[in-house]
Amino acid sequence: MSRSARSCAVAGAFLLAFTGLASADAVKLGRPALPEEIKAWDIDVRPDGLGLPEGKGSVSQGEELFQNNCAACHGEFGEGVGRWPVLAGGQGTLKSERPEKTIGSFWPDTSTVFDYVHRAMPFGAAQTLQPDEVYAIVAYLLYLNDVVAEDYVLSKENFPKVALPNQANFYDDDREITEKAFWNAQPCMKDCKPKVEITSHAAVLDVTPDAGKEGDKPAGAVE
Amino acid sequence: MNQTKPGRRVDRRRFLTLAGLAGAGAAAGVRPAAAEATPDPDIVNLPPWTQALGAGVNNHPYGTPSPFEKDVVRREVTWLTASSESSVSFTPLYALDGIITPNGLCFVRHHGGEAEIDPARHRFMIHGMVDKPLVFTMEDIKRMPGRTNRVYFLECAANSGMEWRGAQLNGCQYTHGMIHNVVYTGVPLRAFLEAAGVKPKGKWVLAEGADASAMTRSIPLEKAMDDCLVAWAMNGEALRPEQGYPLRLVVPGWEGNMWIKWLRRIEVGDQPWGQREETSKYTDLLADGRSRRFTFIMDAKSVVTSPSPQAPLHAKGPNVVSGVAWSGRGTITRVDVTLDGGKNWTTARIEGPALPRAMTRFYLDVDWNGEELLLQSRAMDDTGYVQPTKAELRAVRGVNSIYHNNGIQTWLVRSNGEAENVEVS
Repeated sequence: MSRSARSCAVAGAFLLAFTGLASADAVKLGRPALPEEIKAWDIDVRPDGLGLPEGKGSVSQGEELFQNNCAACHGEFGEGVGRWPVLAGGQGTLKSERPEKTIGSFWPDTSTVFDYVHRAMPFGAAQTLQPDEVYAIVAYLLYLNDVVAEDYVLSKENFPKVALPNQANFYDDDREITEKAFWNAQPCMKDCKPKVEITSHAAVLDVTPDAGKEGDKPAGAVE
Repeated sequence: MNQTKPGRRVDRRRFLTLAGLAGAGAAAGVRPAAAEATPDPDIVNLPPWTQALGAGVNNHPYGTPSPFEKDVVRREVTWLTASSESSVSFTPLYALDGIITPNGLCFVRHHGGEAEIDPARHRFMIHGMVDKPLVFTMEDIKRMPGRTNRVYFLECAANSGMEWRGAQLNGCQYTHGMIHNVVYTGVPLRAFLEAAGVKPKGKWVLAEGADASAMTRSIPLEKAMDDCLVAWAMNGEALRPEQGYPLRLVVPGWEGNMWIKWLRRIEVGDQPWGQREETSKYTDLLADGRSRRFTFIMDAKSVVTSPSPQAPLHAKGPNVVSGVAWSGRGTITRVDVTLDGGKNWTTARIEGPALPRAMTRFYLDVDWNGEELLLQSRAMDDTGYVQPTKAELRAVRGVNSIYHNNGIQTWLVRSNGEAENVEVS
């Protein structure tokens, strides 16, 4: 047996000891997830209401909970404190210079409010609210956005019937159609324009950190 | 996808001489004559580091950069957000070269602060529309077959988002620094989905993190089965805590918000979940008041990183214009650079690996005579997409969309070498 043939044989024996190569459908790793475990983590709520827990809460209950748990950042009426998110108002601003994207003016789905409050709020004390409390806070937020009346009681049963005003104004990514002009295999290389003028200077605003001067209020935010 | 393919063949080293300075420019970069020069004290005097012994081999058990590089750090823009726990820091692109971002300089975006997770207590669950819901430990995950290494860029959809209304921030760290590019080690998400057995009605997955925002995004099953990775290492070492230690999702070419950090759960379902980060955020508000949703792919984009406002030119004569380009749709095939604000363009040389959905480095060697420059770069990918101008983008989208600003960046380089963020007609 040649030297290389012998090392092949050795390698073959090595593989056999590991009972052959594993393939994805033969994975023996992991263990079954128990129903209690899935229940503990699976708190997501879909726009069609799938995932909503049993429970209910009124606008007035929500008002009290909101003042105690949320108003420090979001303001008494959801108007937002400092740069914290504004939750109410803003209707009719989406085409304006400074759009105010709130639950009532922008968000497409009521379920998102429930899901997000339940999963991530109050900021720093996530997942401490009980389902009834979340229903009540969502009811109050809907009331602040003129979606429900003052005496409304939100529950698992009536939840899917509550629609937000801006829902119809979302559509799927269409860049490959509406921005087809950007697929241009032959961009201009020479004499592409007769003259070039500077139209905007960052130094005018001067909002760069460490720039050393106080500037105007900057535009934009990371959301 | 073949990541072992070498980068494009490097063109012959080429100097671009500015038009109209063939004679005059020649004097700019000339060395002083030997007779006029005084001896360099850094050569003729014995420096302490040549005389005395330095530190021992394990002085820094985990090495850190030279103290002379102390300014090369991530930075925040504090006015952007209400709190540091739900905010962003920016990669110092102006000081980096090559294509790989060092782990400690990768920009950071949190929504509920940095989770500190004991890997022994971390679990990864697959459930929903599957035959067998499964739970994996970190040990299980590292025993999975099919481990792979892939280089990908991760760009936040809001990168350059502050620039929609005009030039605002002075420095590519701030205008373009919500991006990093590292090599991930992990296992295809497909392997876990196949182990659990996706039911025929499954069309979407929900990925969830274990942090205090329990970050969630809906991802089409097709993408999840295609090239997504469940990764535990970056650049050869465990993920940094701020990048999702011990486990993160890698969603190549798609917006960074979907790359769930501290990944703990994948649920399979038949429709998207309408989560906060895919409805009220990360949707693109257009001029007509309507919004695009599911704009997952990051289009081709590039930026000159040097010179730039934080990296001015220091001398006339030979200089290297350096930058990066990337595309979520595929591989960068060409980058053009203009020095005159877009009148005339020259194709830069792509140097180093040009990998699909990865950051790609380009250079243009120039001979600068001290004239003002209006410097731009324009990326193209292998789908034929050409990075648009900011004006072209605004014509389609208006200025309110925050996300997906991949317009061409302009730096004004003044005759003293300083650079400023500007826009041109």
